[in-house]
Amino acid sequence: MFNFSINTLWLLLLSATGLTYWLGESGQLGHARMGPVLIIFGVSLIKGLVVINDFMELRRAPKLWLNLLAGWLGFIISMILLAYWIGLR
Amino acid sequence: MQAAIPQKSPTLAPDTPSLAGDLSVWLIILMELLTFGILFLSYAFARTFDVALFNASQSTLDLNSGAINTVLLITGSWCVVRAVEAVKRDACAVGTRWLIAALACGSGFVVIKLLEFSAKANAGIDLSTNTFYMFYILLTAFHFFHVLAAMVFLAILLFNTFAGRYGRQDHHALETGAAFWHMVDLLWIVLFPLVYVMR
Repeated sequence: MFNFSINTLWLLLLSATGLTYWLGESGQLGHARMGPVLIIFGVSLIKGLVVINDFMELRRAPKLWLNLLAGWLGFIISMILLAYWIGLR
Repeated sequence: MQAAIPQKSPTLAPDTPSLAGDLSVWLIILMELLTFGILFLSYAFARTFDVALFNASQSTLDLNSGAINTVLLITGSWCVVRAVEAVKRDACAVGTRWLIAALACGSGFVVIKLLEFSAKANAGIDLSTNTFYMFYILLTAFHFFHVLAAMVFLAILLFNTFAGRYGRQDHHALETGAAFWHMVDLLWIVLFPLVYVMR
C-alpha cells in the first residue's frame, strides 16, 4: 500500500475537493448522466478512506475497525449511487 | 477477601494493532455513523421521488461556502494530526499551536455556516418549505452541532496540552478527541457532494 506523508495526503485531499468543486461549478452535472456523479463519489470514497486510514490511524488498528468504517463508507456511497441511478430512470 | 481490581492494561508491543483513542469514543463514532448513514440514504432515496424539486432547490445553495467549509474541515483535521504527532514527541508548545490552528479552522466553519443559515432564514426558508430544505436543514444543522461539540473537546485538549499534561507517555485523551474531530470531517466528505454538488 502507498505510504504518503501526512502533508502530501492533506494536499491530495485539497486537490480532490477542488476537483469536486470544479465538477459542480462547470455544469458537468445536471445532464442526467452517471459519469460525473461516479467521479464525484469516487473522489469522496478516496478522501474518506484517507481520513479513515491515516487521520483516524485505523491503518494501525485491529482490522475489524478499519473494515467497519471503510465498509460503512463503501455501503453509503454505493446506496447513494443506486438512488441517483433510480432517479435517472 | 476481595479480588484485586486490575488498574492498567499490559503494555503492548509497538507493532501490535491498537485503536488510537478510547474504545468508548469509537463506539460513539459507530453510532454517529449509523445515524448519519440513515439520514444520507433517506435524502438520496427521497430525491428519487422528486428529482426536479431537489435540483431546483439545491441550485439555491452556495457551492463556494460548501467548498470553503470542506477545505476548513480537512485542514482542521490535518492540524489535529500534526498536533498529536507533536505531543507524541513531547513538543507540547508545537502541539498547542497546531490545536489553535485546528480551532481556527473550526471557527471559520461555524461562521460560514451561521451566515448560510441566516441567509436561508432571511429568505423565508425553513423545515416546512419543501422536502429538500427539510433534509438540508436537518443534515447540515445536525452536523453543525457535532462540529460545535468537537470544538468544545478540542478546546479542553488545547488547554491541557498548553498546561503540559500530555506527552510521549500520555496522549490517550488527545487521540480520543482527535478521533471524534476526524469523524466530523469524514461525515462532511459525504455530506458536501450529496447535498451541495450532486444534480
